Amino acid sequence: MSALLQVKGIGKKFGGFVALGGIDLDVRQGERLGLIGPNGSGKSTLVNCICGALQNETGTVHFDGQQMDGLAAHERTHRGLSRSFQLPRPFHSMTLADNLRVPMYYTVHKRSGTPLHADNIDARCHELLRLVGLEAKARQRPRDLTQVEMRKLELARAMAAEPKLLIADEAMAGLSHSEVEEILALLIRLNESGITIIMIEHIMSAVMKFSQRLVVLVTGKKIADGKPETVVRDPEVVRAYIGE
Amino acid sequence: MRNHVFALVALIVAALVFITLRLVGNEYYFVAGYTIVQYIILATAWNILGGYTGYVNFGSAAFFAAGAYSSVALITFANNIDDLLPGGIAPFFHSIFPLPIPVLIVVAGLVSGLIGYGMGYLTLRLRGAFFAIATLALAVVLQTLVVNWEFVGGSSGAYVIRPESVPLIGNYVQYLFVLMLVLGVIALTIARMIERSKLGAGFAAIRDDELAAEASGVPTLQLKLIATALSGALMGMAGAPFPYFIGFLQPQSAFGLEYAVNSIAMPMIGGTMNWVGPLIGAVLLGTLQQVANVTISSSVNLLLVGLLLIGFVIVAPNGIVGLVQDRLRARKKPGSKP
Amino acid sequence: MDFSLLANAIIAGLLIGGFYAAVTAGISISFGMLDIVNIAHPAFIILGSYIAYIFNIKLGIDPIIVSIVMLPFFYLLGDAIYRIYYQSFEKRGAESLRGLAFFFGVLFVTEVVLILCFGVDYRYVEAPYIGPALSFGFVDLPLRILVPFVASLVLFGGLHLLISRTFTGRAIMAVSQDQAALQLMAVNPIRIKRIAFGASIATAAVAGALLIIIQPVEPSVGREYIGRVFAICVLGGLGSLPGTLIAALLVGVVESVTATFYGPSWAPAVSFGFLLLTLAFRPSGLLGR
Repeated sequence: MSALLQVKGIGKKFGGFVALGGIDLDVRQGERLGLIGPNGSGKSTLVNCICGALQNETGTVHFDGQQMDGLAAHERTHRGLSRSFQLPRPFHSMTLADNLRVPMYYTVHKRSGTPLHADNIDARCHELLRLVGLEAKARQRPRDLTQVEMRKLELARAMAAEPKLLIADEAMAGLSHSEVEEILALLIRLNESGITIIMIEHIMSAVMKFSQRLVVLVTGKKIADGKPETVVRDPEVVRAYIGE
Repeated sequence: MRNHVFALVALIVAALVFITLRLVGNEYYFVAGYTIVQYIILATAWNILGGYTGYVNFGSAAFFAAGAYSSVALITFANNIDDLLPGGIAPFFHSIFPLPIPVLIVVAGLVSGLIGYGMGYLTLRLRGAFFAIATLALAVVLQTLVVNWEFVGGSSGAYVIRPESVPLIGNYVQYLFVLMLVLGVIALTIARMIERSKLGAGFAAIRDDELAAEASGVPTLQLKLIATALSGALMGMAGAPFPYFIGFLQPQSAFGLEYAVNSIAMPMIGGTMNWVGPLIGAVLLGTLQQVANVTISSSVNLLLVGLLLIGFVIVAPNGIVGLVQDRLRARKKPGSKP
Repeated sequence: MDFSLLANAIIAGLLIGGFYAAVTAGISISFGMLDIVNIAHPAFIILGSYIAYIFNIKLGIDPIIVSIVMLPFFYLLGDAIYRIYYQSFEKRGAESLRGLAFFFGVLFVTEVVLILCFGVDYRYVEAPYIGPALSFGFVDLPLRILVPFVASLVLFGGLHLLISRTFTGRAIMAVSQDQAALQLMAVNPIRIKRIAFGASIATAAVAGALLIIIQPVEPSVGREYIGRVFAICVLGGLGSLPGTLIAALLVGVVESVTATFYGPSWAPAVSFGFLLLTLAFRPSGLLGR
């Protein structure tokens, strides 16, 4: 079957600096893809181009059979492409429940066809918060949250848009071992409910446990793409990590 | 829906204010009251774009003056129908003109709303800072256009003759005051409706983090355009009766600095998070300024406003409402909404 | 088309444009490089004008000399304002809304204080070069504009050298591009920004003196310059001093030609119109970054 996400020849420059030099990437429906690479290799830039936060200069992005190029970020979210941010960006003036309400008002409402009544949205918000273990803090503000709770909120908000594909950008950075396990379990659970997930991470133990396929990016180019066990033994990959 | 109840309550309060002033009988209070209610509308309108959505408008005077001058244009047209139009169609226009003020208000709203939309379309794709600078530019460009437009009086100004009296209310200034009160109720109701609606959630998301809002599916450009157009329209509507109120309109008065400063200072001092802030700010600062204009010079009065703005922005960023809310929250449990 | 009229308009425009570059230099630094929307900058320029005026009227000192003496004081003023700005807004990561409102308040308060102290009458200075003009055939070069033009180029050139040749100057350029990298080099970015902002306000001292040589000044003149200054800054490409110079000359010429052929009352709309158009169609400027 054809890929859910098809990225062909994505190129992006910042002034004279080439952030992405022609990236090809296919992601199949239901897959768990890991994306790794040293700092500055272009992982976040790639995500931004796929999701529409940045405009790629060359190449195309196809999602769910539709061409995404030229579509604004919010339109891509409406079609099922969602992402969490590397540094959590919650809506600080709102409660946790209201944070989730925003994507539910603006994304699910359009696509589902049947209008969502006020009670329905409330129920779904709480359901999502329960899924990530934040239901008790539903009426608190993001500034009252711990680091790992912020990460969970970030993921919950991405989930509130009911995506087909979720890109989790370094959702585990800086967390303790048990917290990493929490987020990992959450992501696997989400994938089991049918959501395709791309995980961008530096924590190799989590990446190895999670990924069915592993892609490695170095200075804007893809240097490896295959089974995790094979990829980590690839000499070029080893060199990229040890040699930096 | 509670919003209907709110509007009703607000109308009753407005009616009470009017009746009280009528009983007091001093003409001056109606004049002062008009100005204060005018500021309530301007502050509320500014806050929809500024406080709710996070985009600063330095050119409130532009939208206010656009409303005032669209009225002047229509009034001047009405006075010169026979000179401007051929004899055949003139009688038809004589039957509709001069337009009643409520119609002028609607027209002014459309004009200013369109200007807001147009300017937003040009500049809202860029950062908020650029939009703010563009609003400054807009005020000057519009003022230059008006100064060079002889039809509305140019730099020498335009005289607008008030009708002697109006049925039912009698005194014309009191009639203007009633109109402003109704407009004020409308503005506050709209602001409150937005706050509690899906639109308001979208605005707040844009204000809190525009990038995350986009990623969450919020059509940010579209919403920002709505906010700019709505804010501009309300400001224009506040300006529409102004020519009748002041009798002689010069560009310097319509585009006066006090409109830009007060539209910003009143919501920022009162509180930008909801509809109450601009109301408090406008009533407090407006009353202060009316008193100061009579007792001290108007320049010292403006100086105080400026200093208060700076002070509040540094020390109490959420305004008076914010200070009160913090007090309440310190006593109650966290997580309760006012 | 009266050729000599056009030639004079263009020349006058170039001279004024040079002066505009000096006025905009401060904003190029604070907005172009530090990303601080200091819309109060013109108020400091007017302050500089009035200070030059006082010393000129009371003690007969040449305004340019006054401004050079005032440089360190204005620098300290800029330093102080940046500290307040940093503590209250930048550090807290607060929305730009508050920072903008802050500077607006400063602009406003400065203007009103000047009105209270000096009233709204126009003030002007006296100097031996105000009045006479050089003539080359049909071209007139009033010294009143020529001298500030030369002074502006000196100021602008000096600033450019400072930014591109000294360590601190290059650190300022660096802080605008990559603050983290600067920290890794053990340079305190906050200190660099303070120096830069201080320098930007210092330029206002000189710009103000030059302004009051060129034209009579009253407190609200500052507001005319806000749009002009940001228009030139954006048109020239944020942070690019050479771009700012070119944009300033361009705006000067267009304004001058418009005023000569269509009347001076249209002149304010020119630069602001430029601004709106630039923002709408080419926000990265002529020599975009």
